[in-house]
Amino acid sequence: MKTRYTYGGDEHIYVEIDDEMSLDAFFKSLSMSNAVRDANIKGVTEICPANASFQVRFDPDVIAPDEMMKKVQELEHKAGDAEKRLKTRIIEIPVYYQDPWTHETLMRFRERHQDPSGTDLDYAARINGFDSVDGFIEAHHSQPWFVSMVGFVAGLPFLYQLVEREKQLQVPKYLRPRTDTPKLTVGYGGCFSCVYSVRGAGGYQMFGVTPMPIFDPEQKQSYLKDFMVFFKPGDIVKWKPIDRAEYDRILAEVEADTYVPRIAEVDFDLEAFNADMPGTNAKLMEALNVA
Amino acid sequence: MSLKVIQPGLSTSIQDLGRPGYFHLGIPIGGAMDRFAMRVANMLVGNPEGAAGLEVVFMGPELLFESDALVAVTGATLPAKVDGVVQDGWTAFAVKAGQTLSFDFLKSGARAYIAISGGIDTPTALGSRSTYPIGALGGIEGRNIGAGDVIPLGEADMIEPGLNVPAELRRLPGTPAELRVLPGLYWHRLTPAAQQGFFDDDWTVALEADRMGYRFKGGEPLEFVDREQPFGAGADPSNIVDGCYSYGSIQVPGGLEPIVLHRDAVSGGGYFTLGAIISADMDLIGQLQPHTPVKFRKVDMNEAIEARAERKKMLAAVRAHLG
Repeated sequence: MKTRYTYGGDEHIYVEIDDEMSLDAFFKSLSMSNAVRDANIKGVTEICPANASFQVRFDPDVIAPDEMMKKVQELEHKAGDAEKRLKTRIIEIPVYYQDPWTHETLMRFRERHQDPSGTDLDYAARINGFDSVDGFIEAHHSQPWFVSMVGFVAGLPFLYQLVEREKQLQVPKYLRPRTDTPKLTVGYGGCFSCVYSVRGAGGYQMFGVTPMPIFDPEQKQSYLKDFMVFFKPGDIVKWKPIDRAEYDRILAEVEADTYVPRIAEVDFDLEAFNADMPGTNAKLMEALNVA
Repeated sequence: MSLKVIQPGLSTSIQDLGRPGYFHLGIPIGGAMDRFAMRVANMLVGNPEGAAGLEVVFMGPELLFESDALVAVTGATLPAKVDGVVQDGWTAFAVKAGQTLSFDFLKSGARAYIAISGGIDTPTALGSRSTYPIGALGGIEGRNIGAGDVIPLGEADMIEPGLNVPAELRRLPGTPAELRVLPGLYWHRLTPAAQQGFFDDDWTVALEADRMGYRFKGGEPLEFVDREQPFGAGADPSNIVDGCYSYGSIQVPGGLEPIVLHRDAVSGGGYFTLGAIISADMDLIGQLQPHTPVKFRKVDMNEAIEARAERKKMLAAVRAHLG
């Protein structure tokens, strides 16, 4: 990992922990952005952690850019010493793969796709070496995922799969971004899965849809009462494949504001995970079964 | 204390100075695209500078006043009319209960700001009344204003009409418009020829130019320094591992058409950015119409900070002028 510091205009400092994605880069980015927050540097207005980078927004009328840069750089050693452990939660998210709504959308934008002859899932399965779409879907939901960034649009989680690098699924983004994506689409671009929190533009491949709202300004769902955005970096997600009947059943609960997602408190220790990925994942998922 | 929307115009939204503090969750700062114009409009009618008003794009609304008010229109040259009588821009004028405020055709610029004494008093969302339609936040039910809406107004201390801001204290883009850029972020991904070409080329504002971002076209495609793409980024040389986007940063998907991210920007994504428009020129972007010729000019941090100080001085001069 090689940390790179740069300015984004005269109001932002951008810190790239590494140019490639890894959980080590994520943990360093998270602890460094926490260190910047804890340092209470005068003039800092916002801190935005991302997958393998973070950004500090500041007011150059309060602190000169080079002074701000120096203060951020001085915090790097602190972050390096931080423990790579999180008290977090695992959440089961129901996914209706190969649903009719993303299918309609992906057909509508076929000319923007690398392979107009099939669906996004056909393409993703093929370029990842799977014989069938079912096998690819199985790989997508059999192991848990880690929320390594929240953003793009309101409350959208970027998820990184908790498996060895050689087992990571990778797909390119659309050749040209779509102007439309159904709300709550489960998407995929690069090595990241995501849930589109709202309807709108998007460039990720579309695999399915969840009935579970993750952003609601009216905060009607019980699990959104504290805040309108559900996800936080560090959350862990287990996709649960569902069929149309179950999708409709959950949606009815969502509409009655009675849906309760399955959530369990867990600890995540990066070193323990690196030492034994299947064992760590089994334990994480077991917590969900107990809850 | 309210006004009724007879006709909303093309895209008229309630805006103030925005909702900082939630960009790390993908909720942008929002607020007026041209903050200078919004602040000045408020000053003219005796409001706090951060009061909520209307941001009008290209085509004005028609508004029926249900109470007496003082009104000022700043920003783009979009002549206001009270019951058909044209009023001066950048000047406070009175509108009586029962009178209609409408607009003539746009003469220059792209966005006009309407401040009304007392300010717009819709509910706040995360501390701001600014409309963010994608997230259904602020405004009226999270959307732009529509025909039949009744917009509530706050209590106002009535001051006399007639306050005016002289022409030398107004700001609109020239031709070609010049946008100053501080290179940085993923600047190193471009070849030296592409770096130079970006500043040499003549660009124009594309049709996709809204509160989220302004797209530019007409320049040569940008060439990237060869590399093996890092894990997780995606195959295109313009892809990066999804990171944060700075306000004003210039992303170039596929190396083809630069997009400057503005007030309602997405907070992050997987396209490289070559640097950012300096803060002093952000207000100017919102006044660019599609097809406007634009030159990007390279500056260093010192110039960016000096330009920022100049903008502040201009705002202070307006405050001093208006007493």
